[in-house]
Amino acid sequence: MNLPIYMDNHATTPMDPRVLRAMEPYFLSQFGNAASRTHRFGWEAEAAVEDARETLARFIGAESGKEIVFTSGATEADNLAIKGVAEYYGSKGRHIVTTVIEHKAVLDSCKRLEKDGYSVTYLGVDHSGRVDPEEVRRALTDQTILVSVMLANNEVGTIQPIAEIGAITHEKGVLLHVDAVQGVGKTPFDVEAMNVDLASITAHKIYGPKGIGALYVRRKKPRVRIAPQMDGGGHERGNRSGTLNVPGIIGFAKAAEILMNEGAAEAERLRQLRDRLHQKISAKLELVTLNGHPEHRLPGNLNLSFSFVEGEGLMMAIKDVAVSSGSACTSASLEPSYVLKSMGLDDELAHSSIRFGLGRFNTEADVDFVADLVIGKVSRLRDMSPLYEMHKDGIDLKSIQWAAH
Amino acid sequence: MAYSEKVIEHYENPRNVGTLDKDADDVGTGLVGAPACGDVMRLQIKVSAAGVIEDARFKTFGCGSAIASSSLATEWIKGKTLDEAEKLVNSQIAEELNLPPVKIHCSVLAEDAIKSAIEDFRKKQAARKALSGGS
Repeated sequence: MNLPIYMDNHATTPMDPRVLRAMEPYFLSQFGNAASRTHRFGWEAEAAVEDARETLARFIGAESGKEIVFTSGATEADNLAIKGVAEYYGSKGRHIVTTVIEHKAVLDSCKRLEKDGYSVTYLGVDHSGRVDPEEVRRALTDQTILVSVMLANNEVGTIQPIAEIGAITHEKGVLLHVDAVQGVGKTPFDVEAMNVDLASITAHKIYGPKGIGALYVRRKKPRVRIAPQMDGGGHERGNRSGTLNVPGIIGFAKAAEILMNEGAAEAERLRQLRDRLHQKISAKLELVTLNGHPEHRLPGNLNLSFSFVEGEGLMMAIKDVAVSSGSACTSASLEPSYVLKSMGLDDELAHSSIRFGLGRFNTEADVDFVADLVIGKVSRLRDMSPLYEMHKDGIDLKSIQWAAH
Repeated sequence: MAYSEKVIEHYENPRNVGTLDKDADDVGTGLVGAPACGDVMRLQIKVSAAGVIEDARFKTFGCGSAIASSSLATEWIKGKTLDEAEKLVNSQIAEELNLPPVKIHCSVLAEDAIKSAIEDFRKKQAARKALSGGS
């Protein structure tokens, strides 16, 4: 077995070798600029990009490749969607609705708009990390121009009721943007069936290359307009200037095509591996809590809190496996995960959380190795934990006056 | 973040993990930090009649640097008098372990734990003296 084992597939994924092979000619022989209209190099690149656009449109259930705007990644797509809609529709209304568990690319774009005089409603989530569609409905005003809700959360994997939210926004004539980065290809996502008007996707979470993403912008019923945020040569129908990343786009489409063919089977395999990991750990360790929704959750996601063990300390102990933690010690701010806190988790449990992100290249042997490693190391760290000893002695930790530092 | 070799060494082979009888007269216990902050250290000392720390034990809930800081603290204070141990400051721990700026608070916590254990021991002694003085 090759160590360390990569089990952090929400952060990024390794490229599928088939994707790399598809990209290769576009670096070497077919390297043309897709905007070059005067020679064969440009025409070939353009034709390949247009094919890729159609593939990606099919991948998300869009009607046409014309609705795909390529970007440098999902952060740019989120920025373009939110700021682009706000700028274009600002004369119609200046209110946006989103949720507290969105990615920072969405939250910080909204914060920027607040500084520019827009108002933003941040909806809370329940204990499993789900947004209530009825709360979305109640938050809408005659000033609301946009609702932005993620398809699946990057930390706890909770899948949002996008179709229900889409039915509401569609009925009210408000645009719906979905950050679909974590969910697309792993859980059903269809912009037509779900009434989604804008959607951000990225290649590197689906075994494609880094540095390429896209924003879906609906062209019919309704025709959605955005104000470009990048000025220049007028690429992407004026929506996003900048020479297209042709090899990246080809790789993105190949990664999508693989998921269209194999995604359902892969999701089932990952669900089984994930459940195996969970069951093995829970069978041997007490006081392990699942964070996120038990059913409405990404198949490869397992976010667990190990009471009385600090997440970063645990990650150091299981350094043969690459995972991540909601512990404050992993962030520069020394604040534990805002997602876990928004779900009502105690700070203690947020500090004790580990996110396992299983992916295409994980095997049953990986899962068994990781389960044994985690069981051994959690037990060792609990033996070193004053909190676990106090818990065993029947002391209620909440009754103690802790000196915050 | 990459850990220093010394942090890893202490983390993997922690010295003096364990528990002393907190009710014993010659034992002082310091419990510092807070679960909500992600760090709790319990450091205990066993003190001889001559005022020398004969034994020290710790248990820590926290990151690798917090565990290494408490392990090092117990190692250093063993064999020292209370007055000597009291003079130990966090910067010595941070320097020995090459702690990065975001982990300095771990060494602060270890210093607090030592001081808190000494204070607890002295309080116990004072209480005992007051009792025996009255008889």
